[in-house]
Amino acid sequence: MAVEIDIDHVARLARLALTDEEKAQLRSQLALILEHAAKVGEVAAEDVPPTAYAIPRANVYREDTPEPSIPQGEALANAPEREDGRFKVPRIVEADR
Amino acid sequence: MTEALCDLAGSELATKIAGGEVSATEVVESSLERIEAVDDEIHAFLTRTPEVALERAAELDAHRGSGAPQHAVAGIPLALKDVLATMGIRTTCGSLILENYLPPYESTAWARLSGHGSVLAGKTNCDEFAMGSSNENSAYGPVRNPWDLERVPGGSSGGSAAAVAAGEVVWALGTDTGGSVRQPASLCGVVGLKPTYGLVSRYGLIAFASSLDTVGTITRSVRDAAVLLGAMAGKDHRDATSLDEDVPDYLAGLEEGVDGLRVGVVAEAFGEGVEPGVRDSVRASVDRLANLGASVGEAALPHAEYTLPAYYLIAPSEASSNLARYDGVRYGYRAEGGTDSIDMMFRTRGEGFGPEVKRRIMLGTYALSAGYYDAYYGQAQKVRTLIIRDYEKAFADFDVLVSPTSPTTAFRVGEKVDDPMAMYLNDIFTIPANLAGVPAISVPCGLDDAGLPIGLQLTAPVLGESVLFRTAHSLERDLGLVLRPPLLAGV
Repeated sequence: MAVEIDIDHVARLARLALTDEEKAQLRSQLALILEHAAKVGEVAAEDVPPTAYAIPRANVYREDTPEPSIPQGEALANAPEREDGRFKVPRIVEADR
Repeated sequence: MTEALCDLAGSELATKIAGGEVSATEVVESSLERIEAVDDEIHAFLTRTPEVALERAAELDAHRGSGAPQHAVAGIPLALKDVLATMGIRTTCGSLILENYLPPYESTAWARLSGHGSVLAGKTNCDEFAMGSSNENSAYGPVRNPWDLERVPGGSSGGSAAAVAAGEVVWALGTDTGGSVRQPASLCGVVGLKPTYGLVSRYGLIAFASSLDTVGTITRSVRDAAVLLGAMAGKDHRDATSLDEDVPDYLAGLEEGVDGLRVGVVAEAFGEGVEPGVRDSVRASVDRLANLGASVGEAALPHAEYTLPAYYLIAPSEASSNLARYDGVRYGYRAEGGTDSIDMMFRTRGEGFGPEVKRRIMLGTYALSAGYYDAYYGQAQKVRTLIIRDYEKAFADFDVLVSPTSPTTAFRVGEKVDDPMAMYLNDIFTIPANLAGVPAISVPCGLDDAGLPIGLQLTAPVLGESVLFRTAHSLERDLGLVLRPPLLAGV
């Protein structure tokens, strides 16, 4: 089964800027990998439940004791840009693209 | 050359330090000298921390002078794979996108070892975000295998495995999502343990595929693996998937031998694609286990052929979600020239991630996208159930399972770099344990005709680490291999 992938659509979902060369390479590589991966459909019958975690945990709680949180200065220390105790980003309103 | 302190096992060094025969400072100096001597060629380290290490060693020596007992990891130089967060020490994940990242917190695994007096010698090179089997996906250049500098050390914990093999450190931590501790351990002739999922906290392990990620150990002896695991395992409220189990004394049963142990040889793991040298060496080791009193039979994992397809849907899917956080806002690289925030994010990720990471993000994004989720991700999760059932059936008849760790010994740098599918096949025998959450260990079992190390993998049921250690230790002692990379002859 040949897999046709809309690379531009997937790259948009993933917020990845890709060059034309990267797109062409990914288109063929992903098709090959997905063709192989589609084998999972051969054995995954209706009555087989899915597994998300091999050793499932549910309702994991800890004692509700207050602990100090990370100081603002440290939380911001790795930010590419910051101002007045906040993360600074380029303008939010999208430019025409 | 003569053996230096850094060539000894951690357990031996602990005895020497406790007996006052050597100081922590002498041990750490020996390790730092070895790093200086060989790491320009091996490139196992991305960040070296000699000052921190010597300071810590001096503290430990002063403290020991006061007569207080110290843990078996105290004063022993260790390396951490650069996906484990170290507070205030650069943690790159082998990626440009985290080139200057200084974590504001410690990973739990490291915090616990550090609390016991472990000494950090540095952060090791790895495939970007732990995605790879050869270390060629590091943004900072590949690691070289100490056994042959033209060959890869395996991956993704290749820096940790190479550093331990070359005596640059006594032991190291790696992470294992699909074989990333065991496969490089196999290719570098050292011991690699992937514990049961959830036994060691993932807090501060920078996430790749959260339902598969584990912190593992790379050591030169099985005993050392038991010591390191015991020092860092156990419940951590910062990781909701961490198991609430008492940590046993892993050294207690180490010498008990394998008499009466039921060993299952995984039939599917000796077929096409396995090098004859690997196959013969693993078979010969199984015979040794039988001679030591184990009862050997053939085990079946009938869904083995579906493990790779399932893994290459599940792991990239989780990765595509986990790696969404690298957006150039809170930490990490930010691209210049973005016209708005969204455009900045596109450019940041396009420039910051390498080819393999992009490939997996794209693969995962596709597998999770509307219209494809059920056919790919949903089906892969069902296959995961089938693989778990395979193990349950196998472990009804056997205490441990045996297979090669990797179908081949170390391959040449560049040999598989342009062929993702060929590269992914390296992990065919290691991935099932991650999908099922069970523990597995790789132990050296010989050298091939080219003098390259071969690894044998033992797998046990959930929380069966003790039986792994016992079996691996018996085999290690019986084989009595002296594993010393030729490179060290000239040091």
